[in-house]
Amino acid sequence: MAQAILTKQERKQIKEGMWDKNPITFQVLGICSSLAVTTQLKTALVMCAALTFVVAMSNVVISLLRNMIPSKIRIIIQLSVISSLVIVADQFLRAYMYDVSKQLSVFVGLIITNCIVMGRAEAYAMANPPRQSFIDGLGNGLGYSAVLILVAIGREILGSGTLLGYPVVPRFMYDHGYVNCGIMVLAPGAFFLLGMIIWIQRALSGYTEQH
Amino acid sequence: MKFVENQMKKIGGLFAKGKPLEKFFPFFEAIDTFLLTPGTRTKKAPFVRDAVDLKRVMVSVIIALIPCILMGFYNTGYQIQTAKGLEYSFWGCFGLGLAKVLPIILVSYAAGGFWEALFAVVRKHEINEGFLVTGILYALILPPTIPLWQVAVGISFGVVIGKEIFGGTGMNVLNPALTARAFVFFAYPAQMSGDAVWAAVDGFSRATPLAVVATAQKGTSAIAALTDAGYTFKDMFLGFIPGSIGETSALACLLGLGFLLIAGVASWRVVAGCAVGLTAMSLVFFAFRGENSMAFFNLPPYWHMVMGGFAFGSIFMATDPVSSSATETGKWIYGILIGMLVVLIRMVNPAYPEGVMLAILFMNVFAPLIDHFIVQQNIKRRRARATAK
Repeated sequence: MAQAILTKQERKQIKEGMWDKNPITFQVLGICSSLAVTTQLKTALVMCAALTFVVAMSNVVISLLRNMIPSKIRIIIQLSVISSLVIVADQFLRAYMYDVSKQLSVFVGLIITNCIVMGRAEAYAMANPPRQSFIDGLGNGLGYSAVLILVAIGREILGSGTLLGYPVVPRFMYDHGYVNCGIMVLAPGAFFLLGMIIWIQRALSGYTEQH
Repeated sequence: MKFVENQMKKIGGLFAKGKPLEKFFPFFEAIDTFLLTPGTRTKKAPFVRDAVDLKRVMVSVIIALIPCILMGFYNTGYQIQTAKGLEYSFWGCFGLGLAKVLPIILVSYAAGGFWEALFAVVRKHEINEGFLVTGILYALILPPTIPLWQVAVGISFGVVIGKEIFGGTGMNVLNPALTARAFVFFAYPAQMSGDAVWAAVDGFSRATPLAVVATAQKGTSAIAALTDAGYTFKDMFLGFIPGSIGETSALACLLGLGFLLIAGVASWRVVAGCAVGLTAMSLVFFAFRGENSMAFFNLPPYWHMVMGGFAFGSIFMATDPVSSSATETGKWIYGILIGMLVVLIRMVNPAYPEGVMLAILFMNVFAPLIDHFIVQQNIKRRRARATAK
């Protein structure tokens, strides 16, 4: 049997990022972008890819540099690594997916300030070797993506009646008086869906806040 | 009564622990305590308690709402008559309105009751009678033309997000009925606002008094604009104007207020606070009116009070004991700020012709903060007195 790509430990790491320690539902980080880019699934998907790329790669780079970074100025160094990667992602989107990058506008650039990226760099990559750091970044990026995609699917179907731009709410429902839910296009709609996802996820995983 | 009691005891056996219907005990409990005084004894202090429990309090609110409900039936029919330019008998109007409004009330109770019961069964607590009030209040603040599925969506949101998420009746920060309405208002604006939704006749539109004043020519008299549009003070006071189902009649609301005050359910401080705040704010605007200011600036406060949902909101919504302030001074502040916000939203924000719903929800959020400061103030005062000399 060929060797599995990921060891058991690494699979556990990915699962942790996606479920037990999901950056959005567990740590409640990255909320800003999950409100801003989720009116359509398409923008959300691009955003997820960009963030997963940035968080995984920044973890690798910072982990490689971790023994050379003086601890006093580590935040600045982390930031410059992250912002270089964000610029790469941004330029890539502008070159190959111009329309989507127009819609995402500042939010690609704002990945720099996304707490998930900084948080993983500071909490994990500074203390662990590159391969684990990469897996950790990937897990967290995918965890963020999973929630973002769920919110975006909900918002696009309920708010616009489409999915990836294709109409999914059948014509006859509109003929019988169905109306798209306008609040889902506005930011509160994302809050409601996000809150419900957090509620369901925490109910299933049994996590409660410590008081 | 003896017969009822025996029957309930017999049926009750089926719902006891370990019996087949154990899971559905909340349903049994709800009906049992509705019919009979609960037989449970107080186990913890305080032992002396008011015989009027939450269920009786809620039922007295329902009784207080009866004038509004009846007026809602009649006025809904009356508006259809006016819109069609026909002449119906009293009972004709009433029947027409009943046919429009009753489905809304039933859907509101059915959809909201479903969630209420679901949460009661899952969380193993009794079904809360607070919902009896929420269900009817919500139905009364909707336009009569609203599609029934939107009624169901709204009340589901109000019950689940407005109340159950926080832990059920008594824990909700916001008034659930208003939360439900706010959701529908922002989600389906075309069915909830504008001039065409207030009379249940297709293609008919007539501006509500608030819309008339808001769109009146700058510098003109608001009262003249209302009179031109066919609204007299008497009609607005009695409630023969287009509006949400149960809120048009200030008189019916006042009758309800009378009952609530006699029953000791609503706080007069909140209602008085709302009136004071509204009067003060509209007088401020009146004082600052100029040659070319909006018609709203010269509208006297007592006209403000009979317009839109102010009477209904301040009497039945703002006084909700759970989401309003709990301290006596806090109730004054809470009420006054609601009144002021109502006028502010009506006049300054052109996007929303009516501000009662948003004003009350906004102050619901602030009520705990107001209470906190009142309590701190009290502690400080008493500490100063205790440590003096």
